Amino acid sequence: MKLYEVFIRAKSGLSHKHVGSVHASDEQMAMQNARDLYTRREEGEGIWIVDSRQIVSSNPDDKAAYFEPAEDKIYRHPSFYPFDKEVKNI
Amino acid sequence: MYNYIQNLADNTLVLGQRLSEWCGVGPFLEEDLALTNTALDIIGQSKMLLELAAEVKGSGETADELAFMRDQHDFKNIILVEQPNGDYSQTMLRQYFMDVYHCHLYQALSNSANQQLADIAAKSVKEVIYHLERSELWIKRMAHGTEESFNKIQASLDKLWHFHHEMFEESDELKVLVKNGIAADPNELKQKWSTDVNSLINSTSLIIPQKGWKATGGRIGHHSEYLGLMLCEMQFLQRAYPNCEW
Repeated sequence: MKLYEVFIRAKSGLSHKHVGSVHASDEQMAMQNARDLYTRREEGEGIWIVDSRQIVSSNPDDKAAYFEPAEDKIYRHPSFYPFDKEVKNI
Repeated sequence: MYNYIQNLADNTLVLGQRLSEWCGVGPFLEEDLALTNTALDIIGQSKMLLELAAEVKGSGETADELAFMRDQHDFKNIILVEQPNGDYSQTMLRQYFMDVYHCHLYQALSNSANQQLADIAAKSVKEVIYHLERSELWIKRMAHGTEESFNKIQASLDKLWHFHHEMFEESDELKVLVKNGIAADPNELKQKWSTDVNSLINSTSLIIPQKGWKATGGRIGHHSEYLGLMLCEMQFLQRAYPNCEW
């Protein structure tokens, strides 16, 4: 049995979001299992299935070098700029 | 009319109960949940059909009373659905036979002259199309799988094939209902069912048993020894504690 990652699109126009994983012996079974596990309460209208082995993941040991340098650089957040009144939802 | 609806309702009620026996003991977690979903869909269909049956019968009995207080001789389901789950190949082949049948049946009934029946069929057809997609893949997977899986699905085919004829039995009462546009024509259903099932089986090395008997009698309440035992479990609570609610 292989492991697949499941991504659900809540509605048309939104991006697919990772929701979990499923076991299955082939892609079709993975798709059906994802449908049965993750969409039975109207969670979405689109499913992506990805073979978990295809995911390239960052190494937790790299955390200090990868992510911590951003900690004291709050100026990177776009919160110092006044927004035009017309601009919404940022 | 009552007998017709009761047959449809009991097919789904008994099949749904059988499938729910897999709850918690499925082959793996995802499949356990998927099959339980199927069971719930089918029990939902039986609820709608039993409510219609109760209304048509007009004896004041409710859908619950029809489900939990009738004895086996009053059940009108075909004998296929009461057959034990067996191994997963047997459960899935029984399911595949019924899914093909229900797909064509509900498609036909969604044009029924009886509006309530048409509405139930139109709602249910979406569910059974998905059930069929699942069970069909399982049959292919087992037929094209290992020697062991092939032998198991072939053994289930040898065992269950004799039960499918009952889906398409005719009766004088049914002929009148077909003529009045209420019921689906069993001859048309048989043709469609056979085309689909033969084409799947011919795409594999499975062999349809050529000789043998044809199960009959479920529609008039003559059942195999398995139904009574199943009802004992299904009806226990309402029999032991009548009208109990929880």
